[in-house]
Amino acid sequence: MSDLLKTFKNGLFDENPTFVQLIGMCPTLAVTTSLANGIGMGLSATVVLTLSNIMISLLRRLIPSKVRIAAYVAIIATFVTVIDLLLQAFLPSLSDSLGIFIPLIVVNCIILARAEAFASKNGVVKSAVDGLGMGLGFTMALSLISAIREILGAGTILGYPLGISAPATVMILPPGGFLTLGLILGVMNVIKNRRGGKKS
Amino acid sequence: MIAKLLAISLTAIFVQNFVLVKFLGICPFLGVSKKVDTALGMGMAVTFVMTLASMMTYLCQNYILAPLRIEYMQTIAFIVIIAALVQFVEMFLQKYIPSLYSALGIYLPLITTNCAVLGVALLNIQQDPPYGLIESMVNGFASGLGFLLAIVLFAGVRERLEFSDIPKSFQGFPIALVSASLLALAFMGFSGMSFNF
Repeated sequence: MSDLLKTFKNGLFDENPTFVQLIGMCPTLAVTTSLANGIGMGLSATVVLTLSNIMISLLRRLIPSKVRIAAYVAIIATFVTVIDLLLQAFLPSLSDSLGIFIPLIVVNCIILARAEAFASKNGVVKSAVDGLGMGLGFTMALSLISAIREILGAGTILGYPLGISAPATVMILPPGGFLTLGLILGVMNVIKNRRGGKKS
Repeated sequence: MIAKLLAISLTAIFVQNFVLVKFLGICPFLGVSKKVDTALGMGMAVTFVMTLASMMTYLCQNYILAPLRIEYMQTIAFIVIIAALVQFVEMFLQKYIPSLYSALGIYLPLITTNCAVLGVALLNIQQDPPYGLIESMVNGFASGLGFLLAIVLFAGVRERLEFSDIPKSFQGFPIALVSASLLALAFMGFSGMSFNF
């Protein structure tokens, strides 16, 4: 049980896909213009990641290692299509605002990386927990970035106005995406270095 | 026709730059931009694959998926086409242009998971009115050139960053992202432009 908890926490903090591994950058920067988009994208990716991890873990003894990448991509693309159609049917506004970034979950390196590095080597339950942890870690990172960008750039949070008179529109435009992520990573390094300094 | 193609090209390269405005292909943009030479090689390989992928996915969409009314298979069909295409390009280069093949090395297979390639294929068929074969290919080629331009400019900036005095916590990725932000700010100068020849 503690093993599973460790796997789960690993994705959330120690190996957070966005802030530590720096993979899956395209959706991280592109859809984080509002908190709702960030959460929607994060949860969609989490569902695909968990399901594909389960499926690949189940099939890990059947897939020949020479064609494994092609097989993984086909499995991931199937789940992405399912999510894409579900979102179009039940959450059309979210589907519109995420646009082509929903089908582009297929080429999100996080999902393929977890398939290759974890699900192909571990049991079903552990792989599912790993997918869930990594996915929620990704969601958490997207929420943080998109909350900062929405508050500073639009002066709202989840669409509710905060009474900021002149929001800096540049924050919800492309330069703001790069800037926010760069500054978050820098600040995290500052904290890490301080802590490291105290220990030694 | 020529004027329309020119308008598509200029829009794809500058106004709607794939990397700095549309946020597609960020992974290679951040990963393969430490040196100008490799950035140039990567940019050219991506441009080539994007042009071919635009053509193949157009043909697949209009002659296979649409007549059979299975457009919902798009994502799966396109990613398989792109993977096969990259594999084919790799084999071709290995046999006929080995010097370019060895120069590109590991970057070539990685193009499969470059979202710019799948992105251009999906955007081509979402246009209103939809792009024809020539327009799709020109859009693929020009978007590739936009990627090339952005990654080479960024590699130039990063080569300079190597020698600058940066606070310890901001070395590496953080300062690279802040520089990318400034580059994106420069490209915002093109935003809102439209070309009507």
